[in-house]
Amino acid sequence: MDTIKPESSFAEQVVGLAGEGVNLCFQCGKCSSGCPVSFAMDHPPHHLIRMVQYGMKEAVLSSSTIWVCASCQTCTTRCPNGVDLAHVMDCLRQLALEAGVTPAEPEVAQFHRCFLDSVAAYGRVHELSMIGRYKMKSGGLLSEARRGFREWREGNLGLVATLKRSDAFAEMRQGLDMVRRGKLRVLPKKIRGLDSLKEAFNDARRPR
Amino acid sequence: MAREFDLSTRAVCQALDVDLVELPDWSCCGATSAHATNQRLAIALPARNLALAEQAGHDLVVPCAACFNRLKAAEHKLLAGEWNGPFDKFAGKIAVHDLLHFLGSAEILDRLSERRRRALSGLKVACYYGCLITRPPKVTGNEPENPQAMEAVVAALGAEPVRWSFKTECCGGGFAVSRPDIVRRLDTRLYRMAAEAGADCLAVACPLCHANLDMQQKAAAEESGGLYLPVFYFTELMGLALGLSAGPWLADHCVDPARLLAARGLA
Repeated sequence: MDTIKPESSFAEQVVGLAGEGVNLCFQCGKCSSGCPVSFAMDHPPHHLIRMVQYGMKEAVLSSSTIWVCASCQTCTTRCPNGVDLAHVMDCLRQLALEAGVTPAEPEVAQFHRCFLDSVAAYGRVHELSMIGRYKMKSGGLLSEARRGFREWREGNLGLVATLKRSDAFAEMRQGLDMVRRGKLRVLPKKIRGLDSLKEAFNDARRPR
Repeated sequence: MAREFDLSTRAVCQALDVDLVELPDWSCCGATSAHATNQRLAIALPARNLALAEQAGHDLVVPCAACFNRLKAAEHKLLAGEWNGPFDKFAGKIAVHDLLHFLGSAEILDRLSERRRRALSGLKVACYYGCLITRPPKVTGNEPENPQAMEAVVAALGAEPVRWSFKTECCGGGFAVSRPDIVRRLDTRLYRMAAEAGADCLAVACPLCHANLDMQQKAAAEESGGLYLPVFYFTELMGLALGLSAGPWLADHCVDPARLLAARGLA
């Protein structure tokens, strides 16, 4: 069994950002029974809250739970003690990023970063360039290219046939299809009030 | 994305004499990516839109469930005096409505019944709300466990809403790109439960719910047993009943509803 290394200041830090609610949890487990994504978590939500109370900073911030949470708000809605769990999860993700902890779900964290970068650049999300950037940054493109190359070397299909069979090609075709149907805008468009939005981003990124 | 939601919403509102004005220079609310990673951005981004709407002097009617949810969260925070940051001037002179409850109001439903050109008879609809239109209720002001607004609209169209227990279960939301496996698992469950309740289609009021349920359905064919459940925006169904030309909207769907509509004599 692992030894718990409590950091009491961590529990206080979470309360400071997320509010007093965290301390009200009495482990009824209603949040975890209703959670649609608990199957993909390393700790169900009510365990994670207990871990926060115990000050288990490292285990909490490196958990998959905080990144797999879909923010569906079911736990928040049903908690008999009014603990806003979805908001606690939000705050824990923020604390993990601020502490420089490597996210247990790097793709999810990378997606959020690319999404917000797009908002900061244009004021609205430009889906095509955002997803392209995400694919580059998350290493998806590179690993797909490597796999494709291996399949081409090991298989007996030609280069074009291998390419056509790949996931990347299927995704690209889906993307092009959406551009053709006018569902994805090719070029980004900036809002007029981008300066005021930049101030909001500067404010949000200032250390507190 | 969601062009058919945009077009059908505009057409239906025009047919019901609801004047829509697009909020000038609106910006993204930051969606999950903002509130999931930065508590300042989570409020500041929607707060800009609240300020713009108040300046324009118009109530907000919001088609996207996530935008609605973030606007309500920001409104809640600002009116409680808990926001000290950019765009903090909102005084609460305008209201924020989600499109579904707005169009599902008694007044609009009356107008809808008067102007309905045909009944969508025989269409069995699983009304799907997903998460953010209703939860958390202290922010949205809507019923979270067994909402009825969409059933009321669907019934007013002459279609038959089925009773099912998964109408507020999550579709996987913003994980479509980063964790498509999660989306597929959740959506397969939704297809199965809707079909088990006797539905032959799903109605939604959120662009992300639509994208997930419509785009994943073919990929999930093996797990779902090849179920065929066209996914409509509730505004598209309203348009069909109002006799508006729905062709261009429905052509945008991955799961082609033509076969179902033909079978019910609604094509």
